[in-house]
Amino acid sequence: MSATDDDHNEDDLLKTPLHSLHEELSGKMVPFAGYLMPVQYPLGVMGEHNHTREAAGLFDVSHMGQVVIKGKDADLWLETLVPGNIIDLKVNRIRYSMFTNEQGGILDDLMITRRENDIFMVVNAGCKTEDIAHMRAHLPDHLELVELNDRALVALQGPKAAEILSRFANGADQMDFMSYAEVEICGAKCFISRCGYTGEDGHEISIPADKAIEVCKTILKEPEVEAIGLGARDSLRLEAGLCLYGHDITVNTTPVEAALVWSIGKRRREQGGFPGAEKILTQISSGNIERKRVGILPSGRAPAREGTEILDADDNVIGIITSGGFGPTFAGPIAMGYVTLKNAETGTSVFLQVRKNKLEAKVAAMPFVPQKYYRKK
Amino acid sequence: MTIYYSEDHEWVNVTDKTGTVGISEYAQKALGDIVFVELPEVGDEFSKGDEVAVVESVKAASEIYSLVSGEITEVNGELETNASLVNSSAEEDGWFFKIEISDDSELDDLMDADGYKKFIAGLE
Repeated sequence: MSATDDDHNEDDLLKTPLHSLHEELSGKMVPFAGYLMPVQYPLGVMGEHNHTREAAGLFDVSHMGQVVIKGKDADLWLETLVPGNIIDLKVNRIRYSMFTNEQGGILDDLMITRRENDIFMVVNAGCKTEDIAHMRAHLPDHLELVELNDRALVALQGPKAAEILSRFANGADQMDFMSYAEVEICGAKCFISRCGYTGEDGHEISIPADKAIEVCKTILKEPEVEAIGLGARDSLRLEAGLCLYGHDITVNTTPVEAALVWSIGKRRREQGGFPGAEKILTQISSGNIERKRVGILPSGRAPAREGTEILDADDNVIGIITSGGFGPTFAGPIAMGYVTLKNAETGTSVFLQVRKNKLEAKVAAMPFVPQKYYRKK
Repeated sequence: MTIYYSEDHEWVNVTDKTGTVGISEYAQKALGDIVFVELPEVGDEFSKGDEVAVVESVKAASEIYSLVSGEITEVNGELETNASLVNSSAEEDGWFFKIEISDDSELDDLMDADGYKKFIAGLE
């Protein structure tokens, strides 16, 4: 058995406002995106995954960046950096989009919320420094960019999550998917967003750092809630078919290749006006891309991990796995990756080079487990 | 029957020239929920230190290196359908394979049960 943990110097790692709570809960702490984060608690990855699908799980995602843009025409300016439709985003509504570069590559993916007087964004931990530098470089000086370093971020996810949150924030369970509200929990002003990264219903909750432990302990006291680590977060999002930045989407993949065209609004497709628009819009209109992100379903029991080569019957390399593992709810190995366009159709037979074995697999539709987002009638 | 352990948390239980190999209770706990074990084939030959099997948890794959040189005589077919046997019974029912040991002096580098107990106590 070989050690797999990164041997970073723990002293260089940042701690989230919930660090002492993780230790109290016997979380196994590992380095992740420059932070010391809980990969699992004593319940274990499989147990935590299943608990989230069956009841509710609380995740610390405070390593992610929370950023606010204030000032006149912040929405118009933000549209110069992302392909999403931000101008037409209603107050208290959330949109998924991405920062693109001039080559059409993805610099980061993010959640954008239009609030009453500003725009609130949640960006990836590993990209936040670059994202902020990117915005400072491209947005005009009159726009104020504020990093909310004094706030923790947690996610409460699962079929019981919304009802549980409504015990502390009246009406939280009535919010539509991808909507935002400001509520008071334990006397602390919290931002709640009905979204997540598990495929389940639930919210993300931004909490003032000094109240984060109190709020989380209050939520964890509810009998249906367990603390969940990054291990289960990854298996949950993979089953839900959601991309992990730096793996499934990178600076070398465009939103079209990544099968994220749904996130580019009609008006933006007609007008462009975002970095890489020429390439991205040409790819959309011509349908001409070299490779495409797809689901991959191994036929046997062996998981195919990130970096596994995808082959055709004649041993030609036709793609690569970008995320792969075992889906506890799916009850078998699942993966996603990129294949050449002519092999991207659902049902196509492919092969996976896992160590010395060439394993059978099929291109499969995602998500692997149905998403259960709350849609208001 | 004598059991030996390695610093990589594998065990080999030796009867005559045959060693039964698996991973320790400590190892299964550290790996977490095991979902797949890639086993060698009967007749395969390995030298000490060769990669002989792979254990996959939800999180990651971990290689198992051969503690001794020899030829595989039997593999635990139960693991093909029920890899979690390694979690529930790491040092008994969750064994991986049996190997015909070609040089039993290689066992001298390993720890006995007491030695291993002390070794893992030092890791806590």
